Amino acid sequence: MNATIVEAVNDALHTEMAADERVLVFGEDVARSGGVFRATEGLMEEFGNDRVVDTPLSEIAIIGSATGLAMYGYRPVAEIQFSGFLPPAFDQLVSNASRMRWRTRGEFTASMVARMPYGAGVRALEHHSESMEGSYAHIPGLKVVIPSTPSDTKGLLTAAIRDPDPVLFMEPKRIYRSFREEVPEGDYEVPLGEAAVREEGEDVTVVSWGSMMPMAEEAAANVEADVELVDLRTISPMDSETVVESVKKTGRAVVVHEGPRTGGVGSDVVARINDEALMYLEAPVERVTGFDTQVPMLSMEDFYFPNPPRIAAGIERALDV
Amino acid sequence: MTDRQRTDLTPPEPESYGGPVEYLSQDDLRVPTHQLVTPDGEYDESSIPDLDDEAFRDLYRWMVSDRVFNRRMVKIQRRGELGTFGTTRGQEASIVGSAYTIAPDDWMYLGRAWTAMFMRGVPMRDMILFWRGIEESQQSFAEHNSQVAIAVGAHLPLAAGTAWGMDIRDADEITMAYLGDGATSTGVVHEGLNLAGALEVPALFFCQNNQYAISMPFSEQTGANTIAQKALGYGIDAIRVDGQDVLAVYDAVMEARERVKRGEPVFIESVTYRLDAHTTSDDPHRYRTEEEEQAWEENDPIERYRSFLESEGLWDDIDHDAIVEEINDEFDAALAAANDFAERDVSEMFAHVYEELPPELRRQLTEFEQFLEEHPEAYDYIDQRPKG
Repeated sequence: MNATIVEAVNDALHTEMAADERVLVFGEDVARSGGVFRATEGLMEEFGNDRVVDTPLSEIAIIGSATGLAMYGYRPVAEIQFSGFLPPAFDQLVSNASRMRWRTRGEFTASMVARMPYGAGVRALEHHSESMEGSYAHIPGLKVVIPSTPSDTKGLLTAAIRDPDPVLFMEPKRIYRSFREEVPEGDYEVPLGEAAVREEGEDVTVVSWGSMMPMAEEAAANVEADVELVDLRTISPMDSETVVESVKKTGRAVVVHEGPRTGGVGSDVVARINDEALMYLEAPVERVTGFDTQVPMLSMEDFYFPNPPRIAAGIERALDV
Repeated sequence: MTDRQRTDLTPPEPESYGGPVEYLSQDDLRVPTHQLVTPDGEYDESSIPDLDDEAFRDLYRWMVSDRVFNRRMVKIQRRGELGTFGTTRGQEASIVGSAYTIAPDDWMYLGRAWTAMFMRGVPMRDMILFWRGIEESQQSFAEHNSQVAIAVGAHLPLAAGTAWGMDIRDADEITMAYLGDGATSTGVVHEGLNLAGALEVPALFFCQNNQYAISMPFSEQTGANTIAQKALGYGIDAIRVDGQDVLAVYDAVMEARERVKRGEPVFIESVTYRLDAHTTSDDPHRYRTEEEEQAWEENDPIERYRSFLESEGLWDDIDHDAIVEEINDEFDAALAAANDFAERDVSEMFAHVYEELPPELRRQLTEFEQFLEEHPEAYDYIDQRPKG
């Protein structure tokens, strides 16, 4: 099947709902309207209004009830319409979903997925453009996954739905429809917690994820260096090994992410490289990130997130050229 | 803070004992809907608000202004000159009738009610800038003690807080917060209302129940029969009003305002209808019928008010076409001014994060400015969109 990222989301939901009747899909405008990005289109028609449900407007109730349903044995896939609207439900993630297993010593778990489009670049007003994976990765017990390709989207979402722990599945909405690729039909799983080496190279490692991956690829193609490109895919728990092994080989690294620099996931990638591969480094690890500002509204948002020239400049700094 | 009599903390004594368990049920509530002019244009002269002819004409003008503004905004959005836009068509009486009561020193938190901003002096240009995603528009709103809440419902505790300040200062102004039916499903709305009710602050909550939160109809948004009744849970008195009847809305809000100024918050549910899509990115025919829309088209608030003006003999003094032309001219001028809004420097993105730029943020700005100077090719990826 040739699909975009958003179509791959839809396909994964269709496939898992057909395979497992415990899987429920709910959120704001997901059923009748098929979701504001059409990610859940056709699900209500196929699986009925008991399993595909439009909820009242409340992120707290969506995340909290997903946790309760999961404790009771369902496999909820809740949609938060825009990640900028998740913050009210942060409490439910921190205080309930992420610690249900720990609290009950494994008697109850919150095997649930909260899907949400994230990131800038869709010409929006406030609260529609944030990349706050750093804040979510800071929650113990919660998994944070960000795909960057259609086939990974299908495989990772499938794995997230089947995962025994709560997963925050952040979808790069700027590239929801920007390209297509072949996506396996039917049952297809990509394991969580494993980074992917997209391009092998000898000179410098570039680590990125989600909507920054196409930017990083473009930058890698434009520099005079043999770049090894690592797509982190699962932000938490992070696959340090793949990153560290790559850096041991190249001796240089750049981390690229869209969210704010301070407290960003990039800081953690740098720390892990320092922990495991400091003596292999030939230059300080570079970070190319969003700024420590609010994401501007649509007029100036392009200034906010990394672009290929900024990433290329970061790669060149890491190469000391 | 409050002069409400506190109940003492002794155990309650039941009025009687024995008998079956009794429910407290919404079905026992009588929730009247205030209406002064019927959809057929009938009214009782004695209950019409005591306004002068100028004010009656003014209400009409503002409603037409709202409709023309919305029409023009959709048009320029279709031409690619706005990011997106959510119209208020169908809600003109609800918006104008309520905002007409607002005094210059009042504070206002807005939901879907753009014309309320204009009625307090915000230039039309700045609403165009807002939908083009230019931050300075919100500075203009703030200069008029107003702001727009994009995070649905999140402003209610803010409204409770400013009203609390007004109460402490014994100020003459009130805080008015607009919200929608969807917002009443969020926790934050109820926490804001509860605080306002507990502290008895001068806040007026005006909920436009336009029947839809994007695709979710009100009937599925909540198990409650009305929104108005929800206020009772917080000890706040409520009014339910026909939001297609501008005089009823005005009357209800004026009445509420007096009570609010005495330190008792009031919640108003204005029953109206969002005739257009949620925003220009939405297609309502995925979730509602044309028959339903048609029924509300026929419940047009402007037409109803016109028939009132005709009955009162005020219509002859109104030149509808001239009003439309005036608003169109105003919009043209606002659009030209918005188009002239100067391109902003990259430092604007860093301004106002804090009062003072911290060293790390200053470093990020300096580095970025230097980068842009050395790498003009970066502008292949950066488009400052003056038109959204």
